[in-house]
Amino acid sequence: MARLVLLIAWGLALTGPAFGERGRLLATGGIAHLDGGAGGGIVPMALLAGYASDDQYGGTVSATRTDVDDYRLNTFSAAFNWHNRIELSASRQVFNLGTLGRQVGTGALDLQVNTVGVKVRLAGDVLYTEMPQVSLGAVYRRHHDFDIPELVGAREDSGTDAYLAATKVFLAGWLEQRWLVNAAVRNSSANHAGLVGFGGDRESGRSTLLEGTLGWFASDALLIGTEYRQKPDNLTALDEDNWRDVFIAWFPDKQWSLAAAAVDLGDIGPLEDQRGVYLSLTGSF
Amino acid sequence: MRILAAVFLVLAIAACQSHSTLYQQLGGADGVDSLVTRFMERIGSDPRIAARFADTDPARFHRLLSAQICSISNGGCVYDGDSMAQVHAGMDIRPAEFNALVEDLISAMNDEGLPQAVQNQLLARLAPMQGDIVGH
Repeated sequence: MARLVLLIAWGLALTGPAFGERGRLLATGGIAHLDGGAGGGIVPMALLAGYASDDQYGGTVSATRTDVDDYRLNTFSAAFNWHNRIELSASRQVFNLGTLGRQVGTGALDLQVNTVGVKVRLAGDVLYTEMPQVSLGAVYRRHHDFDIPELVGAREDSGTDAYLAATKVFLAGWLEQRWLVNAAVRNSSANHAGLVGFGGDRESGRSTLLEGTLGWFASDALLIGTEYRQKPDNLTALDEDNWRDVFIAWFPDKQWSLAAAAVDLGDIGPLEDQRGVYLSLTGSF
Repeated sequence: MRILAAVFLVLAIAACQSHSTLYQQLGGADGVDSLVTRFMERIGSDPRIAARFADTDPARFHRLLSAQICSISNGGCVYDGDSMAQVHAGMDIRPAEFNALVEDLISAMNDEGLPQAVQNQLLARLAPMQGDIVGH
């Protein structure tokens, strides 16, 4: 399913401007979340991917690479936006347990996770209404390689997150600058954002987690900001910490965007202080 | 972190210096006149929305829009034209058309060399009108 959606999206992206329409303002599609929907890299937003307006459709395709000290994550994702009302997304995530794999003697391990997501804009407009834009989303994830997650105590090889996000751009906010403020509340049983299965020995059920984004527009095309994502800690064998990053996103036009971030994922299991770099390229159609 | 602190310091100083009204920061009567002229040129050459203005009297549009910008930017003018809701009633303006108009305004403000903080303030004062203009 995820593979099919990705294939179709890449095909549409190659047809370029002939297909989708881009009736919203620059940067209002955010950048690609790891799961493919609109957000920042690690925190979802109420924005819908791409630039489709109320009577248009469009979408995005993205490639993202996250490299921290002992782990690496490669993500390919796509999102489809119908009438700036419904966003469908899919992603294929390959989580490389380099150091840990060598430590347990299995070599550099790749865990593959596929996701599909849906997000619905419930109310508001990020720019034009007094209230923030509010959206409700869900993401279903499924592991292709569950042996290692099961070994460290994960209970399920698939699971679904639900989240509510509120996003607002203050056009002339503090110091007459343009600010982006985003908050999300997530209900999830995912371990390590779904990269290591669902539920664990410490906590088998779901947790409610808070996430947020604060951004400053240096210009119409340049957003600099920070994200924070609260995480559960379900697995004794593989501790997890809250995630944070500082990012810069560049929107040279409505077709392309490029984001880079310095990420701090804290401890991941026995490997402490996982810091590194995140790079993401998004094409809109 | 030090760079961020420096950025905010510069922004804070810039904000403190702007005791003048937004109208003055837009260049007063001459600045607004020039901005509106540029804006109308941009609209006229924008295939997405130019046709919407086919029946518009340019001189009247220029006068009313200038008065409106003067009014919302504390320039002391009184806008005596019809309300945005009245002007756009029955036109069924699409959100994409409104956004095209905003893009033309941003281009015009860039042409005029207006600083980002001034652009932000004008956009912020115009943004609430979107609900009166779109979809009626």
